[in-house]
Order: sequence, then C-alpha cells, then structure tokens
Amino acid sequence: MCGIVGLFIKDPKLEPELGGLLSTMLDVMCDRGPDSAGFAVYGAGAPGAVKLTLRGPAGTDFAALGGRLGLPVAPRDTHAVLTIPAGREIEVRARIATLAPEVAVISSGSRMELYKEVGLPADVAKRFNLAGMAGTHAIGHTRMATESAVTTDGAHPFSTGPDQCLVHNGSLSNHAGVRRELEREGLRLATQNDSEVAAAYLTHRMKGGDSLGSALEHSLEDLDGFYTFVVGTESGFGVLRDPIACKPAVMAETDQYVAFGSEYRALVDLPEIGKARVWEPEPAKVYFWERAA
Amino acid sequence: MSAGTNLAMKSLGSDDARIVDLSTSTLRELNGALHALNATNETLWRVLNPRGLHAIAAGVDAPVTIEIDGHVGYYCGGMNKQARIVVNGNAGVGVAENMMSGSVHVTGDASQAAGATGNGGLLVIDGNASARCGISMKGIDIVVKGSVGHMSAFMAQAGSLVVLGDAGEALGDSLYEAKLFVRGSVASLGADCIEKEMRDEHRALLAAKLEAAGLAGEVDLGEFRRYGSARTLYHFHVDNVSSY
Repeated sequence: MCGIVGLFIKDPKLEPELGGLLSTMLDVMCDRGPDSAGFAVYGAGAPGAVKLTLRGPAGTDFAALGGRLGLPVAPRDTHAVLTIPAGREIEVRARIATLAPEVAVISSGSRMELYKEVGLPADVAKRFNLAGMAGTHAIGHTRMATESAVTTDGAHPFSTGPDQCLVHNGSLSNHAGVRRELEREGLRLATQNDSEVAAAYLTHRMKGGDSLGSALEHSLEDLDGFYTFVVGTESGFGVLRDPIACKPAVMAETDQYVAFGSEYRALVDLPEIGKARVWEPEPAKVYFWERAA
Repeated sequence: MSAGTNLAMKSLGSDDARIVDLSTSTLRELNGALHALNATNETLWRVLNPRGLHAIAAGVDAPVTIEIDGHVGYYCGGMNKQARIVVNGNAGVGVAENMMSGSVHVTGDASQAAGATGNGGLLVIDGNASARCGISMKGIDIVVKGSVGHMSAFMAQAGSLVVLGDAGEALGDSLYEAKLFVRGSVASLGADCIEKEMRDEHRALLAAKLEAAGLAGEVDLGEFRRYGSARTLYHFHVDNVSSY
C-alpha cells in the first residue's frame, strides 16, 4: 500500500503551521504504511548557505561533529542539519566521511531538510518534532514495503539532487534497466530501492535542463510500472499518476494551499477543507505548482 | 420502494431525522445501528462529519433515506439493499459497489470503480466518475452526469451505464450484455465493444434511466450513442485465444 501526503502553501500566513498540518496528515496515513515514515520540509534558507541533512546511528553526537567541523549543526534525534557555506559541500562531505564514517549525508539543498526512520509514522513524526517545523511546502510518506526491505534507507522520501525529493506509492517494473542507464550517466544511487531510481531519473532530467513538469512528462515514457509520485523541488511541488491510475490520489486546493493525500481522510483537518476544491488527479497528467520567484 | 422512503424523500428537515455525527460517534456505531433497522419509523438518517471514512452506510438492508453531509471514503453504500443514500460531496473508491437495490446519489465526483459488480438499484453521480466505473456490473443502473474514466464497464454483464459527458479509453472492454449510452466522445472502445444502432426500445430504456435520475426532458436522447458487445469474445473460439 503506502500513503503519501503533501502540502504546498500559497498563503505565507500558513507557513508556520506547515509541519503541524503535515504531521496530522501523516498520522492519518499510518494504516496505509506502518513500517516506516519520512518527510521533507522546505523551510528557511540563508543566501550562500547549504543545508546538509545527516543521519547517524542512535546516540550519534552531532554537536561534537559540528564542533570538529567548525560548522553550526541542529540535531534532531538520529538526524541533524548542518549548515555550510555554499561551495564547501564536497570538502565537508569528505571530512564527514573521515571523521564520522557511520554518518550518512541524506540530502542537500538551500532549503530542504529530510527525515526518515523505521517505525510507526506518528512516532517518527514526534521523534523529529515535525509539528514544530515551518516552511513553504512539505512531502511525507508512510511505507508498507514491497520492493525492498524495511530499513531506514528504504524509507521515503528519496533525495538524489539538491533540494529535490520524491515519494512513491506503487512499484516500478523497469527500475533495474533505468538504474543501469543512470549509473552509466554517472549518477550514484544509495539503495536498491525502485523509488530511488525514479528520483534519480527526475534529477537527471532536471540536470539536463528540464523543468519539473517536463521531467515528469518524460517519466511517462521512460518509467514503467505502478506509481503515484509526489515530487518536491526548491520552488515547486509536482504530482504524477501512472496511465492506468493504479494507486489512489486525492487533491484539494484553496486560496491558502494545495494538498495531496492518498485518501481524502488525510486532508480532513486542513483549514477550510469544506470549502476546498477536491478532485482526483487524472492518470498520466502532470500537475505542478511553482512558487513565484 | 416503500411509502416510508417516499415520505423521507420529501421531508429533509432535521426535525424527524436521526442524526449521527461521526466526529462523536464511531463508524461501527452508525453501521451497527443501520444494520439493526427492521420495521422502523426512523426512515431518515443524517450523517454529519463523514471525514472521508470508509464503508459508511455499507450493508444497509432497510427502506430508509441516509443523507451524508460531506466527502466519503471507500465503499460507501456498498452492498446496499433498499436504502436511498445521498452523499453530499465526493465519494472514494467503490461507491455503491455490489449494490443490490435502492439508490446511491453522489452530488460531487466519484473515484474509481463506482458501482462495481452492482446487481441492482440506481447509482447517480452528478459530477465525474474516474476509472473503471461500472466494472463487472451485473444489473445496476448507473447515470453519470459528467464523464467517466478509462476501462469503464469492463466486463459489464447486465444493467446500464448512461454517461452525459465523455468516456475514457477502452470503454466496455470484454463487455457482456450491459447497455452503454454515451452523449459525449469516447476516447476508445475496448475489445469486443462496438457502437450499435439506437432503436426505439433503446431510446425508451435510456429515457427511463434518465427519468429515474431526475433528468426527464433535460437532455436530448438524440445526442446519445449506444455501445454494446459484439459478442465475439464470450463464446470460446480458438481464433480468439490470444484475446482471452
């Protein structure tokens, strides 16, 4: 099964409530995916700075690691966000690999932070205090594993490019072939998960100059299988369902937000939901929203 | 339908309605109460705050009216017998699936597999229905005022599907004897589904279904086209073996 939730805020007044709203949506989707959960939040960024989300084993002393790197770090349970000057990412990644080889860098971007863990989604959201996070948009996932093991690495979202993330409900049938092609192009994938291949595919397309919308259009040609994707970029939020619409999806839009849920149940606590336009995204149709630059 | 149902259809005031608020009552309490209905005077039920819950008013077998104020989740009104169920909102997957009799009216859109496997009764959807509307229907009548998605009426055995808008790809694939009427465009016909001549008997049938859905005189019968089974697939023929 799996559950997906996503929220793209249009009215800045609602931005402080982003994490709280997404947390409630994620709770409701626990029964679609009790194995593990994750979410990506597009929060505040500083000019010239990059945020690296780190993940380590339980008990990792992120404050000490930040101290040794001489960089500000904000730990949250098994994860931490390290803020670094843009341009030093390669060097900092290399130093982390040396100083703390057990710590993985799971995302990088000017605004995106990414958290995921094995466990009941409601508990995962609490561990990271999702409810306290603010931002412009966020995507979450509750996983019932089908294509790979229940591990933190296999949890969604997957991030394969700066400020880019993807969550997936479904399973891809040609991911091994697409993976080989992407690896030939120089992309490095961290897991054996089919959804990470979809994320890397979109990253590859966008690196080649595609917009998010155009990258999603191309995935209709190149990715085979069942999927509902919800994708985030620094400024955008996109949705795509496979041509036979195997996996459920409901969307709601008001003047204040655009929301996605695997089921309408996930959306019922959003503000003014009774007045929202609620619809089912059509199969093989790309939907995306961009924030004004 | 009983006189009680007709009375309820006229009187939608809250005075004589039994109100169940799903923000304070559980779904099981609601459905348990509906399943316990026998020769009842409680002929009008109003369900508040459905919050997209699944299986609301599923398995009802009593001549009552159930009005649900808001969007519902999966299988709303499933297996319905006798009851008249109105959803004032959108319905999730499988609304009125396997309905036996009575009616389900969705004032918004319906998700996939609306009316799936229905044996009888009337399903009216004011908005659009998505993919696989009427899949494997066995006698239900479905009227969709908007459009239907792909693979609608797949393996439909009996009953009728009337679509005032358009139909998606592969309409009526592997169709048996259900009768399909579409006013708008059809993206493509499924295997063994063909357009058929609209004769007087079909116009009469279509008019009756439209009337049942409250659309008498509102749409021009001449704008509809009829689709049915070419009957080449459902008798075994060795030349068709690759199509089975």
